[in-house]
Amino acid sequence: MATEYAFPDNAAKTADAAAQEFQTEKMSLAMGPSHPSTHGVLRLQLELDGEIVTQCDPVLGYLHRGDEKIAENMTYNQFVPYTDRLDYLAPLANNVAYAIAVEKLANLKVPARCEAIRVICCELARISAHLLGLGAYGIDVGAWSVFLYSFEEREKLYKLFEELTGARFTTSYTRIGGVARDVPEGWNDRVGKFCDQFLPILEEILNLLTRNKIFTDRTQDVGVISREDAISYGLTGPNLRGSGVAFDLRKDKPYSGYEQYEFDVPVGTKGDCYDRYLCRGEEMRQSVRIVRQVLKNFPGGSFYAEDARKIFAPRKDKVLTSMEELINNFMIVTEGPQMPAGEVYFEAENPKGALGFFIVSKGGGVPYRMKIRSPSFCNLSILPKVCQGNLVSDVVSILGSLDFVMGECDR
Amino acid sequence: MTAPADVTAALQSKFPAATLRPSGDHPALNLPVAEARAALKYLRDEFAYDFLVDVTAIDNGVDVTPRFTVVWHVYSTSHHGYVRLAADCANDEAPVAPTVSDLWATANWHERETYDLFGIKFENHPDLRRILMWDGYPYHPLRKDFPLAGIQTPLPDLEVADLTKASVKPAPMMGGPFVASPGEINLTDAEPRAKDESWTERREKPASE
Repeated sequence: MATEYAFPDNAAKTADAAAQEFQTEKMSLAMGPSHPSTHGVLRLQLELDGEIVTQCDPVLGYLHRGDEKIAENMTYNQFVPYTDRLDYLAPLANNVAYAIAVEKLANLKVPARCEAIRVICCELARISAHLLGLGAYGIDVGAWSVFLYSFEEREKLYKLFEELTGARFTTSYTRIGGVARDVPEGWNDRVGKFCDQFLPILEEILNLLTRNKIFTDRTQDVGVISREDAISYGLTGPNLRGSGVAFDLRKDKPYSGYEQYEFDVPVGTKGDCYDRYLCRGEEMRQSVRIVRQVLKNFPGGSFYAEDARKIFAPRKDKVLTSMEELINNFMIVTEGPQMPAGEVYFEAENPKGALGFFIVSKGGGVPYRMKIRSPSFCNLSILPKVCQGNLVSDVVSILGSLDFVMGECDR
Repeated sequence: MTAPADVTAALQSKFPAATLRPSGDHPALNLPVAEARAALKYLRDEFAYDFLVDVTAIDNGVDVTPRFTVVWHVYSTSHHGYVRLAADCANDEAPVAPTVSDLWATANWHERETYDLFGIKFENHPDLRRILMWDGYPYHPLRKDFPLAGIQTPLPDLEVADLTKASVKPAPMMGGPFVASPGEINLTDAEPRAKDESWTERREKPASE
């Protein structure tokens, strides 16, 4: 009985030819939900013909918490901590995307300083997420040491995040109409210093992989996604750019002042795992470039929209000294920031791809419906197509190169 | 291809039944559900809206007719514009919408999710199974009549459920205290408090129908 899939490479073909002699029935294998290479709780229900995957059915929902239901039952500011837990490798970027979406609903413009802080947050979060992505990917395909180097850099970023937000991991930093607090004294200089020392280390980290024979053998020409497929399956972020589509919302639909900064959008040529890796590497360099530009012209002024008195809670010293501000604070905390009725959809370019919020408001401080369009969910939907005909070990490589987060996928 | 000067006007001349939908940002249209698929195909083929961003639904409320609205967002990778299309499902009891999973592969999972959480069936979908909740789960959790805390249900694995007599319990913070309501309401109603006080952690929730 001949199998009906295309052979990805000669190794698979030889393996199959040898297997013809030992023709047995197909095997069903559950990969996950607790498997080191599924990076969380993804289960792949594989159908195997020997070593070769003939069918792959991703099973999701192990981390489903009902974030969209929860959002319908709490005020806009109360939901900020839940956004931390979407893509928990880049909480700051989620915070920013959510805040901008709600501000769009309120038609609120935040000051330049707030936008600049948010851009720094997004780009540092991108670096931190890609560092983890590369480190974990290295481990998946047999290059252990990358993880050790990249996590040292991540640790430095955590220190910066902690200084800025008070938390290393679950930052909850943005508020509707601003950010929780201004940047601490000297923080910008420390971010600048981090950028200076990070670039040479990044080169070192990438050198461990880019020309590493084991790594290139495991990634080049593996998991090729064509440009048309990538668009049809709704891939975003480095996965789409790896397939040669220059889709970057920071360039195409600039938000939070991204139009002021110069940066390049790296795209791949083949759309294989290696191209996706290269895109992530280059994106980190571009992120450093953006952060440096922000720091160079860091605007003064307020870190929150001062005219949004019904949206951004007043500062504590004012609350404790002025009756009006106390009432205002009470209303914002209990009723939530007051929004007009309407519908908005906003997407931000997050490390994993386009994170979108579709908010339906009927007025008041609570959304009527909030849909979270998570990039990992869409990126994973291509798995059945791209895994078919590959070896089981290549599935590990493909999973790592798609760089997904289940917290965001399952919501 | 460049962005059409007025995509809504073009759509309305092609589909006369389409009406403008109030929107805070992107061009948005309401369509009869039967025309939604043709309209999306038209947008994709004629105006280069080649990227289906999202398929989702809105539950307009238990007593509202039409109850379910399906919403599509499309984006163009060439001229960078969004369009939002919305269609009300005709039948409130068994809502149905056309699938676009043959136009965009990404719609497959989005429609499965919408089916899972709202119970809207997508006609001709190749594989309409639940995706986030487990197979055999009896409810559609994003419907407005489904409580935030959840409803007691048997374990996903019925054999284990039989053996252990265990079940999936509602969340411990049932009914509050972080429950708030949307809309223009007075402060007394809006204050976060337990909304559903018919059951507490000590007193069991009345069994569902």
